[in-house]
Amino acid sequence: MVPLNNKPLTTSKLFLVAGLLLLAVGILFGLVGALQYIIPGLFKKYLSFERIRPLHVSSVVFWIIFGAMGGVLTYLQEHTGKKLYSALLLKIQFTIFCLSILAILVSYSFGVFGGREYWEFHPLLALPIAIGWVLFLVNFLKSMGSFRKQPVYVWMWLTGVIFFLFTFAESYLWVFPYFRNNVVNDMTIQWKSYGSMVGSWNMLIYGSSIFLMDKISNTKTYGHSTIAFVLYFTGLFNLMFNWGHHIYTLPTHAYVKHISYAVSMTELFILGRIIYLWRASLSTAKKHFYSFSYRFLAAADVWIFLTLLLAIFMSVPAINVYTHGTHITVAHTMGATIGINSFLLLAFGFDILNDTCRTFEPYKKMFTTGYWLTNISLFTFWISLIIAGVIKAQWQMSISQVPFSSMMQQLKPFFIGFFISGCFLVTGFIMIIYPLLKNQLACYFNPKPRDIFPAYPSSNGFSVK
Amino acid sequence: MPSDKQKMTVAVLLLVSFLSYSFYIYTSLPVKEIPVSKKTSEGKQVWQKYNCNACHQVYGLGGYLGPDLTNVYSKRGPNYISSFLKSGTAIMPNFHLSDAEIQSLTAYLQNIDSSGKADPRTFKIHYNGTIEQ
Repeated sequence: MVPLNNKPLTTSKLFLVAGLLLLAVGILFGLVGALQYIIPGLFKKYLSFERIRPLHVSSVVFWIIFGAMGGVLTYLQEHTGKKLYSALLLKIQFTIFCLSILAILVSYSFGVFGGREYWEFHPLLALPIAIGWVLFLVNFLKSMGSFRKQPVYVWMWLTGVIFFLFTFAESYLWVFPYFRNNVVNDMTIQWKSYGSMVGSWNMLIYGSSIFLMDKISNTKTYGHSTIAFVLYFTGLFNLMFNWGHHIYTLPTHAYVKHISYAVSMTELFILGRIIYLWRASLSTAKKHFYSFSYRFLAAADVWIFLTLLLAIFMSVPAINVYTHGTHITVAHTMGATIGINSFLLLAFGFDILNDTCRTFEPYKKMFTTGYWLTNISLFTFWISLIIAGVIKAQWQMSISQVPFSSMMQQLKPFFIGFFISGCFLVTGFIMIIYPLLKNQLACYFNPKPRDIFPAYPSSNGFSVK
Repeated sequence: MPSDKQKMTVAVLLLVSFLSYSFYIYTSLPVKEIPVSKKTSEGKQVWQKYNCNACHQVYGLGGYLGPDLTNVYSKRGPNYISSFLKSGTAIMPNFHLSDAEIQSLTAYLQNIDSSGKADPRTFKIHYNGTIEQ
């Protein structure tokens, strides 16, 4: 028997804690937004949809960004076996990000915008975010030191950190009249940057998930294997060139669309590999299922399969004509941001925030219920959106179109399904987030070991290092 | 396991291709002739100021609560647009836009309309999976 750890709430952990808070806030905003689809005009005066949507989107996007940074910063230290280059830079970075997101959410609440879709905040607020990211880059490069003979996840982290900065800057090219004066030019650059930006934070998250998988299975073989690098370069190739699938219907250069179509099809290789390794994954899952971190990694694997399948379909222009501008696109986004990104980040959360003075033992049942509730309700949520999307696609292609409002009325049963499953999804997430945060804060304010439980690997799935 | 040299070669090749591709796109944007009035530019600012994209789409990109507005100008005309903007609807709030804001937003929607057609029914679908506008 060993006492529980009594490690302080470090700044790299704080990124995950802040991220979890943003997730909790973001999903509640999302629920209000979903309700506005069922009761049109609800809260129209004070919290109309043009405010709720960015409040929801920015909260969850920053959950992903905070979580991704928290994962990289913590695992980087475990990988090098050393502390970060500068704790001060890290604290400044954290403060800048926290103040920026706070200013962004407050400005949205008052109806102050000025940016564009996904970055609706005033462009001036982009500056501190860029500065904070530069500090992250400096700390990452200095902490790594040498990049010789590094495993694939270090390559992925480096790619993610650099490309996020590049694409974030690119997404603000619209401030120059040369880029924004024509809507087609403007949207081409906008979606070029957004497509690659998502790929860049995926690099950070997928890199950390490979690190975590190697850590759980106690092997270091995968991170150095040829297949890992082949998949990494396939992902990088897609990050760089497949963004055109967002704008197949925009009258932009034809070559942008053809390149994107061809490059997107290389993802079939990744899909094929998932199917080929399915049986092996199942036996690994049985072996490690006691670990909550592993459970979320396994759930994300299923969602990678479903989301990738949908993405490949949508990347065929002839199919995209039907799905574009419908809720099938939303289903794809939800699958990717919840099923993949959030589940992977929760896997990091269970691994990193587990290192605390309090045991999670009393919450084991709550975590299990939350886990299944999020997975099942996310699937129902996803299906509701796909059906709503199919109906909207039929409407879009119909020769005798009924008015837009009548079509929206036809979609109402699926919006109700989407809202109800959203309620269960939120409940599931809260059941997971609440104990994770509660234990961290309890240890922060009252840092005394309260309990003891068996040393790692424990049968209850919580490790003590 | 591939050597560092092999990995660096692939990474550099990809990076050079990406930067060249980006540079090419920046310097040869799809639309060269850009007749843009002061009103249109102001209209774009109004569009962003009130976050119209949260509910409306342009070329199928944006929010789904309201209709796609790419070709609303040619379909419905300026009077229809300004009456909606003046009073809002059961769902859309009345943003209390000034007359100048309504005029510039209408000019911006006219500008978007002149850039192309977003109706997917007008697209030609080929057997190889590609489409033509």
